[in-house]
Amino acid sequence: MHIPDGFIDGRTAAVAGVISAVGVGFALRQVRRELPPRRVPLLGLSAAFLFAAQMVNFPVAGGTSGHLVGGTLVAALLGPSAAVVVVTTVLIVQCFLFQDGGVTALGANVFNMAIINSVVGYLIYRVVCRWLTGVRGRVTAIAFAAWCATVLAAISCAGQLAWSGTIPWSVAFPAMTTVHMFIGVGEGLISALVFLAVYRARPDLITETTQMAQTQRLGELVGYGLLVTLGIAVFIAPFACSWPDGLDSVAEKFGFNHKLAAPLLAAPAPDYQVPGIHWAVGATATAGAVGSLIVFALALLMGRWLVPKPKDS
Amino acid sequence: MAGAQAKGLVSVHLIHHFHGRHESPIHRLPAALKLGLALVIIVATVLAPIQWRGWFLGVAGLLVLMAIVSRLPPFFLFRRLLALSPFVLGVVLVNAYQPAGRVNWLGVAFKSVLCLLTVILVSNTTPFSQILRVLKSIRVPALLITTIALMHRYLFVLMDEAERMRRARASRTFTRGRRFHWRALATVVGQLFIRASERAERIYDAMCARGWK
Repeated sequence: MHIPDGFIDGRTAAVAGVISAVGVGFALRQVRRELPPRRVPLLGLSAAFLFAAQMVNFPVAGGTSGHLVGGTLVAALLGPSAAVVVVTTVLIVQCFLFQDGGVTALGANVFNMAIINSVVGYLIYRVVCRWLTGVRGRVTAIAFAAWCATVLAAISCAGQLAWSGTIPWSVAFPAMTTVHMFIGVGEGLISALVFLAVYRARPDLITETTQMAQTQRLGELVGYGLLVTLGIAVFIAPFACSWPDGLDSVAEKFGFNHKLAAPLLAAPAPDYQVPGIHWAVGATATAGAVGSLIVFALALLMGRWLVPKPKDS
Repeated sequence: MAGAQAKGLVSVHLIHHFHGRHESPIHRLPAALKLGLALVIIVATVLAPIQWRGWFLGVAGLLVLMAIVSRLPPFFLFRRLLALSPFVLGVVLVNAYQPAGRVNWLGVAFKSVLCLLTVILVSNTTPFSQILRVLKSIRVPALLITTIALMHRYLFVLMDEAERMRRARASRTFTRGRRFHWRALATVVGQLFIRASERAERIYDAMCARGWK
């Protein structure tokens, strides 16, 4: 999901860069305020861990393999603000040293993989944890949260590519979502297995984070919620309302001048497409909704299978 | 996301930037100048419309010249450029799908290759500590710089640790059950996190002992 240079245009890169800079700045402030100094080196080590963990290949059928992305896992282990900082660091180092992801696309990549993946994953994890208690609930929660976060990050990536005019939304959305609904299953399973392994060996590492979460102010979650909503509104909503000519009405709703909006928000999906491709967008959205229910049921089953006796943490 | 299954636990094909030290006039240029120039080239390349053939050819010529002067092995550069291929393939596929090729995918791919080559040249001719110094001088928050520096320092340590754990596991298991393979791998990853956090505690003690605050 690392977008290279040249695949998103200047406008998308600038908007994503500003949103990501605000998000990372906010996360750094929160970390400085909340994290005990003893855990500061843990950020760098977690980033190194995440990079090494991403290179562990989990074999899938047919000689292919998948690997962890890990935003949600790190958020569950360290808290959302620390996770944003850790994943951003990984992305910066990947960009400069390993050329994984472009320099101008860094903002977009940080938004998709550091902010959406960690923050949305963490929010879903907390909500499900509140509802399902115990280790079993935690494992279910992290698997489901990781799946949702992976799919949402892919949709946001598709939105950015469509907004840049590289790939039309009617192709990018179904393709990215379908592929990542499968990748997300692997991500959820790996995250849950790793979380359980850490929990079994060193439960104190996780309880410490949970205790920190108790003192977490509502403001932090609200701040992230606003930021993610803003990003989604910018990158995805124009396409989701009514395409292809709904863009202008959206621009009007947000108070843009019509003349200004026309060149600024050029329709990324003109009318000359293969018939039936609009149907694909709707079908993908439906499949996503049904898929999330199925994945939640699978996550519940997996929790029961992995954690034999419900023990309260 | 997916690729051929590597022999080891950790696929080490990404670590090539550390191979040997070279000396060249490009290596000796100040880091801030190289980073600034690279940023200008990348931003201008991304923003320039695809019709500006001359601009792109000029940048390509400049980069090839730099690559020759920097004495980086050409095969190494070529292999790093392949990192781009999944995305280029994706866009090509999408354009095959479209009746009228609205996006000039060749143009997009060419832009990406130019940007990628720029980053490869800078990152392989500039020591990482100098890049960090430049970041510090442009007022990137200290916490982020500390985190990046620690990550870079311990990246290879942790990858070695993962490799040792893989070897230890392989020497103790006669055959690996397919069913439990993922669980075994996940346990290794979990153990890696635990070792990383234990190492972080030791590093914190060492930092405090040296007067860090």
